[in-house]
Amino acid sequence: MLRYWQAEPSLTQGELAERAGMTTGRATRRIARMQELGVVQGVGAVIDWAALGYSVEVSLRITLDKTQGNAFDAFLAQARKVPEVIEVQTFLGRVDVRLSIIARDMAHYQQVYRSQILALPHISEIEALMHVARIKTSKGLPL
Amino acid sequence: MTEIDAIDAKLLRALARDATQSAGALGRRLGLSQPATWRRIRRLEEAGVIRGRQLRLDAEKLGFGVTVFLGVKLALRGRVSLEDFERAVTAIPEVQTVEHVLGLFDYRLRVVARDIPDFERVLRRRIMTLPGAGEVEANVLLSEERLPGPL
Repeated sequence: MLRYWQAEPSLTQGELAERAGMTTGRATRRIARMQELGVVQGVGAVIDWAALGYSVEVSLRITLDKTQGNAFDAFLAQARKVPEVIEVQTFLGRVDVRLSIIARDMAHYQQVYRSQILALPHISEIEALMHVARIKTSKGLPL
Repeated sequence: MTEIDAIDAKLLRALARDATQSAGALGRRLGLSQPATWRRIRRLEEAGVIRGRQLRLDAEKLGFGVTVFLGVKLALRGRVSLEDFERAVTAIPEVQTVEHVLGLFDYRLRVVARDIPDFERVLRRRIMTLPGAGEVEANVLLSEERLPGPL
């Protein structure tokens, strides 16, 4: 069921039941159970920022100054407040945090970068990856 | 580019959180009639502002305990090898997203695996053997949050 649902998230529970070859009642009960267990978290709309005029997307890979005890928390709390930040991820590896940033154009990006990103606390190093194209976007799990 | 007003922005925010809400329920919260809400959603879909819908699953609860981001640098350049690389990497089921980037790396991949040994298997058998794959950097995802963005 999850395989079908993942591939077509707009399917109704009835359609899902049909694909999976079960009755709607059974499918509904199974879905309710997976929601209760937190396996299924929900269905969300995917926004295309480029269609709204945000044509620049940059991935900032940030290393924090870990000699500061609260570096992670202080940095994340401030980063969340920047409206152009659409994703925050933390890592174990060479990079500590990654921010996805969108901007209307390069001038706007530069302004966000200089006035908001560089002002974030405890940054020791930043690397930027500029987004060119999405080749594969399905975040589906290999179920 | 599509111009949106404050109500569209609220609609988008609500739909990004939960796209299963009915136009009627959304409209009641935003002070719109059901048909007016439906027309707005329709317009946002047709303009491509809503690119689609995504089922959010808890990867860990389904047995995928490890998510790794890989930065991949190609060893060989040229149009043919780019296409070969993209075709081959897209076909790997454990690779969830592939982004072509400019900077330190050529591609950024999001890879899920059951655990670290499983990730090692994917890395060795599937990623390292990709046509043109050169230097690879791995960062293991610890936490992730999506923000509403400038809406």
